[in-house]
Amino acid sequence: MVFNIELPHVGESVTEAVIGKWLKAPGDQIEKYDPLVEVVTDKVNMDIPSPASGTLTKIIAIEGETVAMGAIIAEMETVDGEVSDTSHSPAASEPAQVPDSSLASRIGTLVQGANVGPTGGAFVDTSLTAAKPADSTSQNASARPAASGDRQKGFSPVVTRLAAQNGIDLNSLVGTGLGGRVTKKDVLTAVESGATGPDSAPQTPLNDDQVIEPSPIRKLIANHMVKSMTEIPHAWSAIEVDVSGMVEWRTAKKDGFESEHGVRLTYLPITLSVVADALKANPRLNSSWSDGKIILKNAINVGVAVAADGGLVVPVVHGAADSSLVDLAGKLGGVVERARSGSMTLDDVKDGTFTLNNTGALGSVWGGAIINHPQAAILTTEAIVKRPVLISVDGADSVGIRSMMNICLSFDHRIVDGAEASAFLQSVKSGLEAITLTSDLK
Amino acid sequence: VPEKTVIEAVREAMQAEMRRDDTMIILGEDVGNRGGVFLATDGLIDEFGENRVIDTPLAESSICGVALGAAVNGLRPLAEIQFADFVWPAINQIVGEASKVRYGTNGVKTAPMTIRVPYGGGVRGGLYHSQSIEVLFAHTPGLSVVAPATPYDAKGLLATAIRTDDPVIVLEHKRTYRLVKGEVPDAVYTIPIGKAEIKRPGTDMTIITYGLMLHYSLQAAEMAAANGIDAEVLDLRTLRPLDADAIAESASRTGKALIVQEDTPAVSIGSEVSAIIGERCFFDLDGPIMRIGPPELPPMPFSPIQEAAFMPSPEKILTAITKLAEI
Repeated sequence: MVFNIELPHVGESVTEAVIGKWLKAPGDQIEKYDPLVEVVTDKVNMDIPSPASGTLTKIIAIEGETVAMGAIIAEMETVDGEVSDTSHSPAASEPAQVPDSSLASRIGTLVQGANVGPTGGAFVDTSLTAAKPADSTSQNASARPAASGDRQKGFSPVVTRLAAQNGIDLNSLVGTGLGGRVTKKDVLTAVESGATGPDSAPQTPLNDDQVIEPSPIRKLIANHMVKSMTEIPHAWSAIEVDVSGMVEWRTAKKDGFESEHGVRLTYLPITLSVVADALKANPRLNSSWSDGKIILKNAINVGVAVAADGGLVVPVVHGAADSSLVDLAGKLGGVVERARSGSMTLDDVKDGTFTLNNTGALGSVWGGAIINHPQAAILTTEAIVKRPVLISVDGADSVGIRSMMNICLSFDHRIVDGAEASAFLQSVKSGLEAITLTSDLK
Repeated sequence: VPEKTVIEAVREAMQAEMRRDDTMIILGEDVGNRGGVFLATDGLIDEFGENRVIDTPLAESSICGVALGAAVNGLRPLAEIQFADFVWPAINQIVGEASKVRYGTNGVKTAPMTIRVPYGGGVRGGLYHSQSIEVLFAHTPGLSVVAPATPYDAKGLLATAIRTDDPVIVLEHKRTYRLVKGEVPDAVYTIPIGKAEIKRPGTDMTIITYGLMLHYSLQAAEMAAANGIDAEVLDLRTLRPLDADAIAESASRTGKALIVQEDTPAVSIGSEVSAIIGERCFFDLDGPIMRIGPPELPPMPFSPIQEAAFMPSPEKILTAITKLAEI
């Protein structure tokens, strides 16, 4: 029995995936639940298990192909009766449903020279000689008239609706339909590209240029970035933080912390804890713009950008506001390790409400990050550098050597204005600067 | 899975249901010793005897009237109309009476009867062996009308029709009987009435069709694919009740709809499908709803040239696909 292997749904927000490496080849014997193929979604990479036992007969979705959830990605031959057909639900009392054949074989083929008349009045059909595309199809797309003065007046209902939903000026589009009509496809293309001007034309590589086919995860990152930058009106703000106290505290505590808790104490859980508290105090930074509404998130789940082998991934620390420093360090250690080793689960990446990116680890002192769509903001913590700083104590100015760090915020200007963004940055700043050698951080 | 023709699938379904249910009988013209004019009931009289496979006089009103009486009184009859063109004398028994039994008796009585009706042209049958008669029955509340186009669907839908406790008209396109061959499991299975099926997924438009025209539409869709047009083909399978959800879902998704039918277009299945799309998909449409059918003439010319000119063909469908794609 031929059995279609479908790409299973893995989460409500995941609609498509990129096929990675096939772990089985046609002809291979496979057991139910054997890992079959790697797939990459915009959330996570995973192995898809085989839904049945049998022989893999055909791979339909090839490596690098983007496939919708539920689509057929391969065929296998199973033992009769092992898998049940779910495409038709039985109507009558005794279902006795049998396993399904592939759609093509169920539709069947037309028999050349079949007797199509009633018996005794035989009429042998000979009209089926392979029909060829008629000449009427020779007017292909390139021969269509381009947009011009004779464009048909009026737009179709779906074109009007899509343009309104996506804020597209229909008059700026070049229609590819009859008489230059703007078609649904034209609008969708414009939405996807985010631009319709000549800038978006592909570049022609010169002879000695190298062309690289991006990996599936690279393509996903690219799409995600374009989506964020085209949908979210970004605004930026940054502030300087004196983290001398935090540096001293960590230097004093890190060895004891590691031997007591078995987790290395970095700056990340400390800033994460302060950021989570600041999000609590400034809930609009912990929200999403969705369908014209602002959704304030109850949970504070902070994603942490990690540079993994294949590219950027953002594992999420859930419930960041309600965790102790030890908990945060432990959770962070776990997800970061899984992110680097490529063994994250869907739970590790879902439901993030805000993103923290420690770009300072790479020496950066300034940045304008792209928001992790659909969140409201992303914060970068930049490199901690010692600098001479003017210090005022009781009106007396002096210069001291201090450990300084910039924190840079990108925020969705639909949700947050500069005043709220600054209030949030001040919350983080005061939280970090309150840490001194004698602090008792939980 | 073995491959079978439509006529073999139909026979298998009847044989299996006869074995399953002792109250089932088959009646019709030449269904017994002759095995039916298309040999649908070939051999059944040998297995089930002449009390259950009954040769009738050439009188359709009687065939359907007797079937109705038997159904109301506890049997499960299947009536075969030799050619759809001959069903008209039985209209009163089917439309006027059988359809109203459950409603008219407030559910006290039902009429579990199936009427198999070979219909359609392209068989050089002329005026009296080519008609499409679906609209009158599909218009009638109290009836179900199915029109399977593949061997697989023919077997599954006929089994469901027989087991249904109300009258079901099973339209079998006679040109598909020996023309279409596909996989049909030996086991008994059912396919629900009222469920259309996407026979070819696509993105650029939805072709909505049934019967022989399914196969022509699939051929046309393949030809269009060579020109870069990706047409979805939705097989209605049931004409009453129409699967409005499937029609609306597909048409909304692709934004364009082409209805292909062998019946003349005015006040037809295509009219109703068109209304469903108009009612439910307006804000998703990217082009006019298009229909293909024969000219408004009494079907169907006998002359081979005129018959070919009368019927939709893969080439005519392709022309319409191309036109709709370019809009």
